[in-house]
Amino acid sequence: MTSPFPAPAPARRRIAAQASFETRAILRNGEQLLVTIVVPVLLLVGLVRTSVVDLDTGGVDRVDFVTPGILALACVTTSFTSQSIATAFDRRNGVLRLLATTPLGRGGLLAGKILGVLAVQVVQVAVIGAVALGLGWQPVLAGVLPALGLGLLGTAAFTALALLLAGTLRAEGVLAVANLVLVLLVVGGGLIVPPAELPGPLAHVAAFLPSGALGEGLRGALLGTGVPALSVVVLLGWTAAFGAGASKLFRWH
Amino acid sequence: MRGLRKTYGGRDVVDGLDLQATAGAVTAVLGPNGAGKTTTVECCEGLRSPDGGTVRVLGLDPVADAAALRPRVGVMLQDGGLPTGVRAMEMLRHVSRMYAAPRDVDELAERLGLHAFARTAVRRLSGGQRQRLALAAAVVGRPEVVFLDEPSAGMDPQSRHAVWDLVRELRADGVAVVLTTHLMDEAEDLADVVHVVDHGRVIASGDVPHLLSDGASGSAPRVRFAARPGLPVGALAAHLARDLPDAGWSAVEAEPGEYVLAGPVAPATLEALTGWLAAQDTLVTRLTVGRRTLEDVFLDLTGRHLR
Repeated sequence: MTSPFPAPAPARRRIAAQASFETRAILRNGEQLLVTIVVPVLLLVGLVRTSVVDLDTGGVDRVDFVTPGILALACVTTSFTSQSIATAFDRRNGVLRLLATTPLGRGGLLAGKILGVLAVQVVQVAVIGAVALGLGWQPVLAGVLPALGLGLLGTAAFTALALLLAGTLRAEGVLAVANLVLVLLVVGGGLIVPPAELPGPLAHVAAFLPSGALGEGLRGALLGTGVPALSVVVLLGWTAAFGAGASKLFRWH
Repeated sequence: MRGLRKTYGGRDVVDGLDLQATAGAVTAVLGPNGAGKTTTVECCEGLRSPDGGTVRVLGLDPVADAAALRPRVGVMLQDGGLPTGVRAMEMLRHVSRMYAAPRDVDELAERLGLHAFARTAVRRLSGGQRQRLALAAAVVGRPEVVFLDEPSAGMDPQSRHAVWDLVRELRADGVAVVLTTHLMDEAEDLADVVHVVDHGRVIASGDVPHLLSDGASGSAPRVRFAARPGLPVGALAAHLARDLPDAGWSAVEAEPGEYVLAGPVAPATLEALTGWLAAQDTLVTRLTVGRRTLEDVFLDLTGRHLR
C-alpha cells in the first residue's frame, strides 16, 4: 500500500464544506434565486407602494405591517420550497446516496443542508431588510431578537416538512406540491395577510397553520406588540410532527 | 459476504449469495440485468440493510460501522449520484474536502481527462464524462476498498481504457476493487476473479481461465459454423469419430442453423467437417475456430432468452 491510511476530514470541516456547497447551489440556480429573493422583494415593493391588495394595517405604516410578512414568506421559500425541490431531485439523482457513502454521512448531509438554508436566509434578510429600510421600514428593535428566534423555529418546522415531502414523493410531484403549497400559503395561509383578515373559516384555521403562526409571530415581534404564545406553541407542534414524520418516512432511495 | 438475502415486495432479489474480494485484486460481479448485482454492492456500501446473511467489509459491518468504513471505502453508483447543478471539477473538489489527505485533484483529473469539461455543469456532461467524474469521486479519498457499479457503461473506448488503467493502478496499490458489469470484455480484461450472478445467486466463480475451461475439453478450441438448420448432428459426431477416432466429439445445434463442434480439434477436423457437409449437399455460410469466450460461458450459464 503506497497511500497513507485514509482518514476523514474533521466533522466540522466536512459540514462546513457541505453547507457552502448547498448555499452556492441555491444562490447560483436561477429558479431558486427567483423564488427566494426576487419574488419576496417584488411582493414587498408591490404591497407597500400600491394598494392592489386591501390590508387593514390597524393604523401602522404599510411598510411596517408588510415587511414582517415578507420575511416570513422568505423564510418559507428557502426552508420549504427551495429545500424540498432541491432535496427531491438530489434524491432522485442518487446524490443523497453518494454523499452518504463519503465521510460526510447522512447526519453531516442533513447538518450541511440546514446550515445552507440558514446561510441563504442571512442573504435574504439582508436584501429584503435593505429594501424595506429604503421604503421607510422602522422595525421595533427590541423585537429583532425574538423575531430571529421565531424565524429559526419556523425554519425548523418548514425544513422538516420539506424533508418529509422530498423523502416520500417523486421529484416531479414535489416540484408541483411545493410550488402549489407556497402559493396557497401566501394567499390564504396567514403569512402576509393576517389570519384575522382572511375570509370565512380560514380566519380561524390559518392561525394554527405553521405559516400563520410564523407570520403572526414576526408581526408581533417587529411591530412591538409581542410574540403571541400561540405562535410559538403552534410552530413547536408542527416541528415535532413534521420532524417525526420525516425521520420515520424519509427514504434515501 | 455469506448467505446475503434481500427481498423487495416478497420477491428475493438476492438469495443466499456468497462472495469474497481480496486486497490487491479486481473482483468482478458479472450478471445480466436484474441479477441482483447492484443490490449486492449496495449492501456492501451500507446503503441497504440485508434481510439475511452476513456482510463484512474490512472486517466491519457496513451498516453498524458505517462511520468507520466511509473514509476507507470508495463508491461509484450506477446512476452516478452527481449533483447536476454544479461544475464538474467543483463537484470533485467538494468530495475531496471530505477526506483528511485526498489525492491530488488536478492529477486525478489529468489521469481521467476531466480538465476538458472542468467548468461544464454536470447536467450537460455526456454519459461517459459523468462516469469518469463519478470514478474520480470514488477514488479521491484514497480508499482501501472501491465498489464500482457498471463503471464503463456509456463510455467511448478511450474513456474505457483510461478507466481500466486507473483500476489496474488501484489494484497495484493494494486496493480491493469490486466491480459489477455485464460487459464480458471488461470482466475478461480486468478481473482477477469473476463471480457470475443470476437470480440473486452466484452460479459460477473463479479466475477467467478457470471459467473458460469446461471439464474434459479444457480450453481447447471449438468449431462453430452456420448452415441450414436440422443437420443430423449425431451422424456428424460419428463421422468425425470415424476419421479421428481419438474420442470425445460432441456436435450440437445450439440454435437453429448454428452448430458448435467440441473435441480434439485438429487441422484434419476441418477437412473432415467440410467433406461431410459436401456429402450433405450443404453450404457453410460461416465457420470460425476459437476458444470459448466468457460470453459463451455466460450465455451457457444464464440462458439466451431476453429478460
